[in-house]
Amino acid sequence: MNALAPSSPDNARRSPAEIALIAAAYAIVGLMLVLPPVLVFTEALRSGLGAALASITDPDALSAIKLTLEMTVAAVAINTSFGVLAAWLLAKYRFPGRSVLVALIEIPISVSPVVAGLVWLLLFGTQGWWGEALNRVGITIAFATPGILLATLFVTFPFVTRTLLPLMEQQGRDAEEAATLLGASFWRILWGVTLPEARWALLSGGLLTTARAMGEFGAVSVVSGHIPGLTETMPLHIETLYNGYQSVAAFSMAALLAIMAMATVGMRSLFEARMRREEPRKAETAGGGA
Amino acid sequence: MTSSSPLTLTRRTLFGAAAACAALAAIGRGRKASAAQALLNVSYDPTRELYADINRAFAAQWASTHGGSALAVRTSNGGSGAQARSVLEGSPADVVTLGLAYDVDMLAAHGLLATNWQTRLPHNSTPFTSTIVFLTRKGNPKGIHGWADLVRDGVQVVTPNPKTSGGARWNYLAAWGWALRQPGGTEDTARAYLKSLFAHVPVLDAGARGATNSFVQRGLGDVLLAWEDEALLAARDLGPDKFDIVVPDLTILAEPPVALVDKNVDAHGTREAAQAYLEFLYTPEAQKIGAKHYFRPVDPTAAAESASIFPAVKTFDIASLGGWTAVQKKHFASSGVFDQIYSK
Repeated sequence: MNALAPSSPDNARRSPAEIALIAAAYAIVGLMLVLPPVLVFTEALRSGLGAALASITDPDALSAIKLTLEMTVAAVAINTSFGVLAAWLLAKYRFPGRSVLVALIEIPISVSPVVAGLVWLLLFGTQGWWGEALNRVGITIAFATPGILLATLFVTFPFVTRTLLPLMEQQGRDAEEAATLLGASFWRILWGVTLPEARWALLSGGLLTTARAMGEFGAVSVVSGHIPGLTETMPLHIETLYNGYQSVAAFSMAALLAIMAMATVGMRSLFEARMRREEPRKAETAGGGA
Repeated sequence: MTSSSPLTLTRRTLFGAAAACAALAAIGRGRKASAAQALLNVSYDPTRELYADINRAFAAQWASTHGGSALAVRTSNGGSGAQARSVLEGSPADVVTLGLAYDVDMLAAHGLLATNWQTRLPHNSTPFTSTIVFLTRKGNPKGIHGWADLVRDGVQVVTPNPKTSGGARWNYLAAWGWALRQPGGTEDTARAYLKSLFAHVPVLDAGARGATNSFVQRGLGDVLLAWEDEALLAARDLGPDKFDIVVPDLTILAEPPVALVDKNVDAHGTREAAQAYLEFLYTPEAQKIGAKHYFRPVDPTAAAESASIFPAVKTFDIASLGGWTAVQKKHFASSGVFDQIYSK
C-alpha cells in the first residue's frame, strides 16, 4: 500500500504497478460512469438537435418536466426545514432515544424505494388504511400529486440531516449558549448563529436532495399510476417513451434529466470545495482566540 | 438553556407541519378538480399506439357532436395485472381496457364495477380480438414452425411472466390448449410440455412490451411468444428486415375486454363521456384504426376489409379451457400449475 501513497507526486518515479492501477481506475470510471451519459446524449441527438428539442416540448413531456420541478422544489423546501430542525435537535441536545432517532432517519437510505412507495399505497390506496376515508372527504393522495410528493419526501428525507449533523456536532453549542445569554430569540440564534456556520453543508445537503428528488423512479412509480400528462415525472415519462418505441424522445428526456442532475452535482462539488477552504481558516481564528 | 429554545421549537415545528399538511391536501383537491375535465383509460401494455390514435379520433368526434367542447382522453399503459391493481388501489380510471377478463372480474369483485360488466357491451365487451403467434429472427434460422419446435435443444423462448402479464397468460394458455389437443394429449402431457417450454425461457419480463423489447431491442432469444398485434408491429413496422412471423397450426383466441369503472365515473361525473368512448370503439372508424394497429376488428365489415392484414389462424377460446375464473385458480394462483412447472 505504501507505494500507492500520494507521497510521490513525481510521475517519473511511479512504479509500473502504480501506473497500471491508475489506468485501471480511469478505465473503470470511464466505462461505468462516463460512457452511459455519453451514450444517452448520442442516442438523443441521433435524429438531430431539432428532433430532440421537439420531443421535449411535447405537452406530455412539458407536463413531466413541470411536475418534476414542482416535486423537487417542494421536497427540498420541506426536507430542508425538517432536516435543519432535526440536525439541530440531534447535534445540540442529549436525550434518551437520541441514537435511535439518528438510526431511524437513515431508514430511507437502506429501504428499497419500491417498498417506500408500497407503504404509501398501504396507507393511502383505496384498499389501504386511510385511503377510502380521505377519498370520501375529497382528498386524493395515491395516484395523484400528493402521493408522488410523499414518495419523493421519503427517499430524500435523510440527506440534509446527514450532511448537517457532523458539522453541527463538531461546532458544539458554545456560540448558541453565548447568544442565548445575550438575549437572542430562538429564530435569531438559528438564522444568526447556527445556519451561517453550516451554510455550505446546508447547501450541499439541499443539492443532494435536489438530485435524488429529480431522479427518483421506484417509489414514485408505485404511487403514480403512470398517467402521461398528469402524474408522470421525468424518469417515469422516459420509461413510457422507451416502451412506446420512441427512442429519440426517451433519450432526449434522459439527456435533459442528466444535464439537470449534473448541474446539481457540479454545484455541490463547488460548494464542498468552498466549505473545505473555509474550514482551516475558521480553525486558525479559533486557535488565535484561545 | 432558557425557555426560548426547546418549547418554541416544538410549537413552531407543529405549526409548520400543520401548514405543510394543509398545503398537501390543497394540492390533492386542486388536481382532482382538473382531472374531471378528461377521461382516463387504464390499459394494458401493447395498446399504446392504438389508443393514442383512437383518443385523437374520439376527441374529434366528441367535439363535433358536443358543440366543439374539448374532451381529452389520457391512456396509462402497463402490464394488465399491474394496471388492474393500481385501479383497485385508487388510480382514477374512467374506463379500463385490459388484457384479459379476469383482471376486470377482480375489479368487479371489489365493487368498482357491476359484476355483469361483460354483458354491457357487444361481443363480450371485446371490440378487438387478437391471438398468440411467434416472432422469429429473419429467415427463421432455428426452423420454428409450431409449438413442438419451441422445446427443441438450443431454442430460447422469450415470454413475460404469467403472474404479472396478461399477454403471458394468453401465451401460456395457448401452449396448454395446444398440448391438450395433441393426439394422446392429457393434462399430464400438457404439464410436461409446459415444463419443458419454460425451461427454454431465459428471462421472464413483467409485461408484454418488456418482453418485446428484450427480443427486439436487446436481441435476446430465438423466438418471442407474443400478441399478434405486438408481433405484426415488430415485424412490419420496427424491423421488416429483421423478423419473421410464424403462425402455429393451433392457437388461442385472445379477447382483451373493455369496461366502464362505475365507481369512478360516478365520482368524476364522466359516465356519459366514458360510455360514449367505449361505444366509439365499435364504430367503423375505430375498428379501422384497430386493424391499422394490427388488432382484429369484431365488426364483420371492418374484418372483411382488413382480412389481408391478418394471417389465417385456427383458434380455440378461453371458454373451452373452463373460463377465466377456473383457469386463474388452477394455473396462476399461488402453487398452481405454473408454480409447479416453473419451480421444479
